[in-house]
Amino acid sequence: MPKITYVENNGKSHTVEIDKGLTVMEGAIQNNIPGIDGDCGGSMACATCHVYVKEEWYDKINEKSEGEDDMLDQAFEPNKFSRLSCQISVTDEIDGLIVDLPKKQ
Amino acid sequence: MIKTDALIIGAGPTGLFTAHQLNIIGLKCEIVDNLDKIGGQCIELYPDKPIYDIPAVPECTGEELTNNLINQLKPFDVKFHLNERVDEVKNEKGYWHVKTNNGTVFYTPNVIIAGGVGSFEPRKFTPKECEQYEGKSIFYSIKDKNIFKDKTVSIFGGGDSALDWAVELSANSKVNLIHRRDEFRGAQSTLNKVYELEKEGRINLFTKYQLKNPKGNGKLDSIDIQNENKEIKNLKTDYVLGFFGLIMQLGPIANWGLNLNKKTIEVDTEKFETNQKGIYAVGDICSYPGKLKLILSGFHEGALAARACFKLARPDEKYRFEFTTSSSSILKRLGKKSD
Repeated sequence: MPKITYVENNGKSHTVEIDKGLTVMEGAIQNNIPGIDGDCGGSMACATCHVYVKEEWYDKINEKSEGEDDMLDQAFEPNKFSRLSCQISVTDEIDGLIVDLPKKQ
Repeated sequence: MIKTDALIIGAGPTGLFTAHQLNIIGLKCEIVDNLDKIGGQCIELYPDKPIYDIPAVPECTGEELTNNLINQLKPFDVKFHLNERVDEVKNEKGYWHVKTNNGTVFYTPNVIIAGGVGSFEPRKFTPKECEQYEGKSIFYSIKDKNIFKDKTVSIFGGGDSALDWAVELSANSKVNLIHRRDEFRGAQSTLNKVYELEKEGRINLFTKYQLKNPKGNGKLDSIDIQNENKEIKNLKTDYVLGFFGLIMQLGPIANWGLNLNKKTIEVDTEKFETNQKGIYAVGDICSYPGKLKLILSGFHEGALAARACFKLARPDEKYRFEFTTSSSSILKRLGKKSD
């Protein structure tokens, strides 16, 4: 199973194995990672699963969905590595992915 | 002070059907919601998205579902208090006194929380320094546009609210429009108008910039905005408006002494009652072993909570289970003739 690392804003790091086919948001919720809310359940309607993808990984993950940037406008402190984790699919290609979590959702 | 058999917090699908169930068994209720319209998440987040798992409804949108639930409430007299958020609750001799941010006070034996994932609040600016100006020079919604006349207003955001207000206020104010990227998500026609007004010098456009911090000595004087390359611009401004959409917060309910589990409230599965007698939680906001966050589960939870309310609202009467198909008293409440 691909391993994903979530780094909380206070520096605390969580590396977990996530089933292929899930999203990075679902992986966080199922493993009780603090700092990702996913209020709308992955329908890209709330921007509470915002993450910063580590620069070296940014071009390796699937591209942004249509409308994802519109939602990211509403996220807390977005930057050019911002993604909604509900739109990142877990595959073998992203085994080892590291995402930083924002100060708040 | 409003006296009622039950107060429902939240006008989403679960709150609406719970109101129906209360009225079917002859109880009166009132509904409070922080949004300006009925429907909750179905209306605010996905009015156009189709839903496929409402029993006996193969496909409907959030808006259609809401309209049908409102129609189902038509026979009854249910009062809605929109744009109001419930702030305080205290118990006096078995009755709950519930106060909203508008000062409305309810007096009721039953409070049903059907709050979804919380109440919708505007998303705010990041810098902490903004707090001291909120409600004075920094706003997240507009109540009286006349205060901006002949002033400089800096508007942040890339959606319809930001664009609409930029166009509208440019008639009588100096307007700066600031957005974190080049693309806007508002209506193309409004965007064209913004570009036109920019050419005419009536709107100053700053894209790829975000607010760094507000400046002033008690009174807002200017703002620093910063782009991705850390370049800073200082803009003189009297007012700042932020339109970043809404976020759901549990809000004051978190301080009511209820047993919470993350952002949800623990209930039993007989009455959907919380650890406080006479306070119930139904729909997405409640949690119990096996909880499913489906609209149909909210309907079931509301139906059972409504029966539990009967006991506290009519302590001297005995609740009798009846079907809508055959009960003459229910048909009367629905305004239908019985055979």
